[in-house]
Amino acid sequence: MRYVQSAFLLLILCASGVQAEVREVYDFDTRAEEQRYQNLIVELRCPKCQNQNIADSNAPISKDMRDQVYRLMKNGATNDEIVGDLVGRFGEFVQYNPPVDKRTILLWAFPAIAVIGGVLIVAGVAMRSRKREEDEPALSPEEQARVEKMLADKDQ
Amino acid sequence: MKRLLLFLPLVIAVGVGIFLAAGIGKDPTKLESARIGKPVPAFSLESLNKPTQLLNESVLKGEVALLNVWAEWCPSCWDEHEYLMWLSKEKGIRIVGLNYKDQRETAFSFLGRLGNPYDEIIFDPKGSLGFDLGVYGAPETFVIDADGIVQYRHVGVVNKRVWEEVLLPVIQKAKGNS
Repeated sequence: MRYVQSAFLLLILCASGVQAEVREVYDFDTRAEEQRYQNLIVELRCPKCQNQNIADSNAPISKDMRDQVYRLMKNGATNDEIVGDLVGRFGEFVQYNPPVDKRTILLWAFPAIAVIGGVLIVAGVAMRSRKREEDEPALSPEEQARVEKMLADKDQ
Repeated sequence: MKRLLLFLPLVIAVGVGIFLAAGIGKDPTKLESARIGKPVPAFSLESLNKPTQLLNESVLKGEVALLNVWAEWCPSCWDEHEYLMWLSKEKGIRIVGLNYKDQRETAFSFLGRLGNPYDEIIFDPKGSLGFDLGVYGAPETFVIDADGIVQYRHVGVVNKRVWEEVLLPVIQKAKGNS
């Protein structure tokens, strides 16, 4: 029984050893710098494992990209310069936030276009139905007479 | 006019259908290289065969060449190697190898088993040139023109279909330009 227990314990220990992520450790001078680094790596996308940012990804290429972000930060690069550097290597794909320019303007403007279009359609429909109500009296005199007759008949 | 308006949903559906159909069959893992039309980044790395000899970007100038990124640890590189051998031996294509994040011994055993199709092999154990080129997974094959400008990047295995349909037209165009 003891053997089984210790074997089991060993197994658990091995498993946790496998699970533990080996993550590189970076030194930052200030808390703000570290926060800036964190914000940058969650905004950058791993080209290999395409649905992960480089903060979450264990791919070797993501590690290289994190190293590069750190190196550039240490050299005093601004956020735009760092993102620009990686985009220059791997293409616009690595940015989760595409920049607003001529090619992407439709992408960015589409939600606004859709909302404005929807509002216009609803407003048009509403105005048309209101206008119809004003234009046409509900019943013509003959119809009115008929309605009154019918109601009188019913009362009897 | 009102009648025509009833067809609007159909028109929209067909339009969206055509728009979306264009995306079907595209492999989303293949990314356009950001380096196309730009020169090969400057580097200074050892030659795999001669550790004392430093190679730089001029090794890719003078003739249209393929720059093949490979490593012993990369399974697909084993698959495509036979075809690279054929391209170099039968077609006389100049292929420069970029040994990416590998070790000398394993790289040599790979070449010893499968043959060496490369005119020159750049040894890049840290992957620094690979990083500058935007390599995100071996094998990758770049078409470099005679002026050392990147013309095309293919991600994945080079085989007969890729060669005939993709790489050969790019190479012919690159040769025509220079």
